Amino acid sequence: MARALIHMPATAKRGEVIEIRALIGHPMETGYRVGADGKLLARDIIRSFVCRYNGEQIFGAELHQAISANPYIAFFTQVTESGTLEFKWDGDNGFTHTETMTLTVSAT
Amino acid sequence: MKRRDLLAAGAGMAMLALARPASATPAEMAAAINTFTGGAKPQPGKVKFDIAQLIDNGNAAPVTVSVDGAAENVRAIAIFTERNPQTEVAVFTLSPRSGKAEVSTRIRLATSQRLMAVARMSDGSYWSHGVDVIVALAACIEGEAP
Amino acid sequence: MKRLLLGCLLIAGVVQAADERRSGAEFMSPATQAMQRDDAQNPAMLWTAAGEAQWNAVAGSSAKSCASCHGDARTSMRGVAARYPALDAGSGQVVNLGQRINICRERKQQAAPWKLESEELLGMEAYVAMQSRGMPVTPPQDAATQAAAARGKQQYFQRIGQLNLSCAQCHDQQWGKRLAGSTIPQAHASAYPTYRLEWQGMGSLQRRLRNCMSGVRAEVPHFGAKELVELEAWLALRDQGMKMETPGVRP
Repeated sequence: MARALIHMPATAKRGEVIEIRALIGHPMETGYRVGADGKLLARDIIRSFVCRYNGEQIFGAELHQAISANPYIAFFTQVTESGTLEFKWDGDNGFTHTETMTLTVSAT
Repeated sequence: MKRRDLLAAGAGMAMLALARPASATPAEMAAAINTFTGGAKPQPGKVKFDIAQLIDNGNAAPVTVSVDGAAENVRAIAIFTERNPQTEVAVFTLSPRSGKAEVSTRIRLATSQRLMAVARMSDGSYWSHGVDVIVALAACIEGEAP
Repeated sequence: MKRLLLGCLLIAGVVQAADERRSGAEFMSPATQAMQRDDAQNPAMLWTAAGEAQWNAVAGSSAKSCASCHGDARTSMRGVAARYPALDAGSGQVVNLGQRINICRERKQQAAPWKLESEELLGMEAYVAMQSRGMPVTPPQDAATQAAAARGKQQYFQRIGQLNLSCAQCHDQQWGKRLAGSTIPQAHASAYPTYRLEWQGMGSLQRRLRNCMSGVRAEVPHFGAKELVELEAWLALRDQGMKMETPGVRP
């Protein structure tokens, strides 16, 4: 069970630009490292990260081996209406993880 | 004679399948950027690739890429390296609702090298910023299994 | 009486004179410092979050969680990690925080102890130690702990390994200078467990000490070895008064 932490405000004003910071635990094994037994450790990375705001994609990332272990991604979005933000990570070996956060939006 | 040649050729091919090039090259980075831009040549400017010049440890270097101007004009931001085993690092897709064209993450750097951040704009133009970094090694690493 | 007074003044003078002690954080790049300072960026928070979940989860045949006895860790664990290593009355041994957590698991929860350096134990240790963040390192004054620290101090000044180096030679005499491109820190230990960029994960002080010993090509004691705990006790005494930083980030 992967652990993920999302840092973002719980409330915001309509039109405000907020920063969202997402952190997930994952080794991001590159496939270039050799284990103690001398054998290559197979690649095992998160390949994509998507954020949907009330179902609409507001941010996406295609990740390769050069993203550090326990990937950290921070991005921005301009707040529209209250609702749910869904964060989804997908990767090798059927890895998938979803987190949801609620955002309450007040008028400016 | 023929069999030995064949065996040698076979062994060589097997090696290629398993091994990666020790590092990418400037030519590979240029080719990867070309693929991202669909052949267009990115112009230097508008993009700011913020990364420390001297990296404590190549396993995790914090980076921030930001693009000047209205955020809704920025479609995507891509990061490339010259000397990692693989030249592509990430492609971030923004939306007209991004509010601010800025992305932060942490990347791996195999060695001191040149990095490029390339932004794709909604008008089809491409802009870039290249930086050179020096990567230090950690002292006192694991010599045996933990 | 006069001599005692003079002695006290001298000691006070020495301590006050110039505290040259600087955390390992001061020897890292601003980017790595920011990683430690910002809880939203600090990778170790993944472990403290796991530790918090474990704190509230029942374990063993006791069907109790840590919270069952200790309530909210933010209150009950405040200052605890700053006082470790410490004497465990039950076993008569000086133990570190991780070992103490396992003692609780076995004795109070009737649960199997976690393997040393396991993700579960590191998470719990980091979560508990985080409740002392910002507080001064306060080693216990009892005879057993002080004796362990004295033995640890001997080790600290003892040359070891094929490279024949003592901890003191690098960390007391050469701090601030460079070793293989990295700046040598003073070997203060108040940020552990730490997310070390080199490990791409969380690790205990003992893991870091073993790395150093391996670095000078010395025999490396196993996790939990008495000499490692004694060295930890000495480092806590040496760090006395410095602020706890757990969970730290280090290169």
